[in-house]
Amino acid sequence: MNSKLTIDGVELGSRLLFGTGKNVSFDTMKECIELSGTDLVTCAIRRVPLNESSGQNLIDYLKNVRVLPNTAMCYNVKDAILTAQLGRELLDTNWVKLEVIGDADTLFPDNELTLEAAKILIKDGFTILPYCSDDLIVCQKLEQLGCAAVMPLAAPIGSGLGIRNPTNLQIIREKIKCPIIVDAGVGTASEAAFALELGMDGVLLQSAVYGAKIPQKMAVAMKSAVEAGRLAYEAGRMPKKLYGSASSPVEGVVNS
Amino acid sequence: MKITLNGELREIAAATVADLLRELKLAPVGLAVAVNESVVRRANYETHALNDGDIVEIIRAVQGG
Repeated sequence: MNSKLTIDGVELGSRLLFGTGKNVSFDTMKECIELSGTDLVTCAIRRVPLNESSGQNLIDYLKNVRVLPNTAMCYNVKDAILTAQLGRELLDTNWVKLEVIGDADTLFPDNELTLEAAKILIKDGFTILPYCSDDLIVCQKLEQLGCAAVMPLAAPIGSGLGIRNPTNLQIIREKIKCPIIVDAGVGTASEAAFALELGMDGVLLQSAVYGAKIPQKMAVAMKSAVEAGRLAYEAGRMPKKLYGSASSPVEGVVNS
Repeated sequence: MKITLNGELREIAAATVADLLRELKLAPVGLAVAVNESVVRRANYETHALNDGDIVEIIRAVQGG
């Protein structure tokens, strides 16, 4: 019933973008991906361990979804670019979730380096989905460069602190035309719904599901949350009023 | 010859990227390779020669968000 999210001309079946997990089995991950209804999952690119058997391959568990390689934990432009290029070769996609981190404690992005890397990667034919601060000017610059979406954080990665600055996200919504995906910070279903109610086009989350006591249940909750949030946004909420307004007729009340 | 492989100095006998993967007993699927910061396309593994001092990265996809 709600409208679909389209990024770079590709219509996605869900407004939930999802991580592939941390400290969870491939089987649990696969189950959560299926239950969440996501169409797009992100994975990291790392060196193959040379002194141990590499075991099962993550890619074998991601057959039915589009995979978005990321440059997570890259701290400079050079590493982010090589990681993006390796991801493209590995997964046969020109989409990349661009992350250039600026601080190890907060995992806040280095927006300046993110812009620099985005510029180079766009010239190289990439479709960029950049993780960035919830800052209008940065989002505008990323959009102007030609990024396919902008992905402002709602709170630090993995913190589960929820939408810390809804006002910023609303301002970005008003000024930006490309899709806005809240990337990082969502901790539970109401926060995912809230992001969509604010007019965000989607959320990208991971820890909220895999860090839940029962990840499978939270995956289902997130599926419903993004659907409910988007529907509420499209429906348009009623205005807030300071005083009560009777829900039943005021005439004909039986009274003494 | 000596190359830097995934950040570690290593003595290898391989002459090409394909040889190197065989030497490491890695199947050439589910991974990607860069030599000196340039990605080597899968189709070029057999022909891409390695040289002493090369910096080689062999990567795969792992879980993450």
